[in-house]
Amino acid sequence: MSENNPFPDEGNTGHIWDDNLRELANPPPNWWMMAWYASVAFVIGYTVIYPAIPMFDSYNKAEVVEGGVITGGITKGMTGWTAIKEFEADWAEVEAVRKPYEDKIAAMSAKDILADADLSTYVEHSGKVLFGDNCAACHGTGGAGNVGYPVLADDDWLYGGTIEQIQATITSGKKGMMTAHAATLSADEIDTLANYVVGLSEGKSDEKGKALFQSKACFACHGMDAKGMAALGSANLTDGIWRFDEADKLASAKRTITHGVNHPGDAQTRMAEMPSFKDKLSEADIKKMAVYVYKFGGGK
Amino acid sequence: MAEQKNQYEALQDLYDEAHEHTINVGDVKIHAKRMGGRFRNLKWLANLTWIVFFIGPYLRLGDRQAVLFDIPNRQFHIFNITLLPQDLWMLSFVLLFFAILLAVVTALAGRVWCGYFCFQTVWTDAFTWIEDKLEGTPAKRRKLEKSPWNMAKTMVRAKKYSLWILISLLTGVSFIAWFTDAYDLWVDLFTMNASSTAYTTLALFIPGTFFLAGILREQTCFWLCPYARIQAVMVDDTSIVPSYDVSRGEKRGRLVKGKPASDDQGDCVDCNQCVAVCPTGVDIRGGQQEGCIMCGLCIDACDAVMEKINKPKGLIKYASWDGIMGKKELPILKRPRVWVYTAILLASIIGVVVGLSGMESLELKVLHARQPLFVVQSDGTIQNRYTLKVLNKQHKDMKVKISVNDEAYKGLIMLGAEKEIVAAHGTVTAVTVFVKVPRKNLTEKSQDITFTIKAKDEQGTEYKSDRVSMFIGPNR
Repeated sequence: MSENNPFPDEGNTGHIWDDNLRELANPPPNWWMMAWYASVAFVIGYTVIYPAIPMFDSYNKAEVVEGGVITGGITKGMTGWTAIKEFEADWAEVEAVRKPYEDKIAAMSAKDILADADLSTYVEHSGKVLFGDNCAACHGTGGAGNVGYPVLADDDWLYGGTIEQIQATITSGKKGMMTAHAATLSADEIDTLANYVVGLSEGKSDEKGKALFQSKACFACHGMDAKGMAALGSANLTDGIWRFDEADKLASAKRTITHGVNHPGDAQTRMAEMPSFKDKLSEADIKKMAVYVYKFGGGK
Repeated sequence: MAEQKNQYEALQDLYDEAHEHTINVGDVKIHAKRMGGRFRNLKWLANLTWIVFFIGPYLRLGDRQAVLFDIPNRQFHIFNITLLPQDLWMLSFVLLFFAILLAVVTALAGRVWCGYFCFQTVWTDAFTWIEDKLEGTPAKRRKLEKSPWNMAKTMVRAKKYSLWILISLLTGVSFIAWFTDAYDLWVDLFTMNASSTAYTTLALFIPGTFFLAGILREQTCFWLCPYARIQAVMVDDTSIVPSYDVSRGEKRGRLVKGKPASDDQGDCVDCNQCVAVCPTGVDIRGGQQEGCIMCGLCIDACDAVMEKINKPKGLIKYASWDGIMGKKELPILKRPRVWVYTAILLASIIGVVVGLSGMESLELKVLHARQPLFVVQSDGTIQNRYTLKVLNKQHKDMKVKISVNDEAYKGLIMLGAEKEIVAAHGTVTAVTVFVKVPRKNLTEKSQDITFTIKAKDEQGTEYKSDRVSMFIGPNR
């Protein structure tokens, strides 16, 4: 075939049909072949060193990784490297930096943590994620509050604003309680009391309202001076801060008096419940949150 | 007739070798001929500026390196000035300055950077100088390239490569020495105690320098370098660049032994010397082109030939296209580009100068808390939260007193700044303060509030810095 090749010197394979139709041999350039061999060598090296070929179903099973050791997979890699191990090593580095602080926090009371400049700065920075995950959905980032959820950055506290009281509130949760007065008070009386309460928050006094406040035993929960009681979680009625919607203060006060707070069976009653974090967060984390909340600026 | 003969004899050698020097189209290695001359000397002088790169790191100032870009500690020391990350904005002015300097020089005199100062040009020049010394003239070098490997070739190549590697090593070490203590670096490098970054940088620099300056050479300028292309478009008809005087040189033609030149023959005797000496292998007679780095070596070569044949020098010379074409040249100061460039240059210098002179050793930044913007307290006061960041650039910790312009606000109370705070040196110390103002004393939803920090050092020098922020209250 090659001895009567009509197209010598062009590097054809010698397969020639129909006079001039022929198969040429154009090998890839050298550099391309070298790169290709290098790629093959890389794949082989990679397969030997790293876990590369999983079993058909092993990669989506959680239990294939136990303590960083791959239990599934055809090739596990010579070095024993796994992404989980690398993650754990990195995580351990972070933990090592945090450990001295975390150890102290676990051993100290929230009050001592607050007093320790170093630790409280640590909490201020590391508490952000914890607060964001657990608290901010209701209380807003930075404790800014939301309609129906108390502001944490102010100095008005339903259940007390000392560091211990804040810690207790987070630990056990709180549920507000006020009876609905729709059945026990007339519309007129509710009107008078609502006006009295709005007046109180603006620093005005009203004898008729005050008399009613006394005679209907509102003071039993809100106190003789109407400043509320931390033990009961009753609101301070004399300050400018409103627990519930304050766009229309009079309507808001009327609704609260009429339907109460968490009054069973009343569809329009106010909802006010803070869940307990005892089971969700560790004691150290609760201490951190207490310090974090305290440092919003309202702690007492 | 006799003159004609002498001229030819003077050129005979050059004609004999002319065929060796081909225009660079990327197929063969360019071996440029080296010869002396005015621009060759200039090139050596320009090369010398790079000495600063090698010896700069060894300068000391007190107990530290005079110029040190200390990245791990985020501090740049430039003689007496210490720059922290907060001063980095000045770098943009410095970069702007050099970018525009490149533009203005290129607009006026072409690719001066490429031809004289660029590390690619300078290192290639040094590498080929070594090659020339060891392997001889371009003709010999080409012959050696084609010859089979034998003892002699191995020896000469080994010498050349080891010198190249030595320069590459010095280049790498010198580069690293700007970023870490130079003296410690040498010790650490040899005791294997240097950082992995240092070894990685060396591992990149040694083969990088060797390959770029030794092997790739002018191909870097042709096919790798983006600046080459950018600079090429900055040249215009008024830029003074190495140019071939077409009207004088054409019609070019070789002198022929025993024959007088024809009447229409120009001054170019077509000896190919301009191509022979060109480090990038272009033919300047074809006009300005992308491969020309404007180093002026062809001017030297052509002048030497013109001298031999008793013709005036300057067939190839620094001239503008307008000049070559006999047009009137626009004076420098009447070119708008010159003014625009100068204005930007001045602005960037002023930026750096203002930045450096305004550098305080104590600096205050105030961040107003955004969530919540303000808090209504039970007594009706409005509370704002601020994070004060005190940057202390001194070498000692300072006790800092924070104050606020409370005279502008009736009943203002600041919490959290009762005591002096300690601002650690060389870093930022953050302090959270709360400011309370009775609601009735606020006149606007947002008002200015000025924080001031004051400190005194042991010598009794007072430092002060203030910063305006805002105090935000509810809608009125």
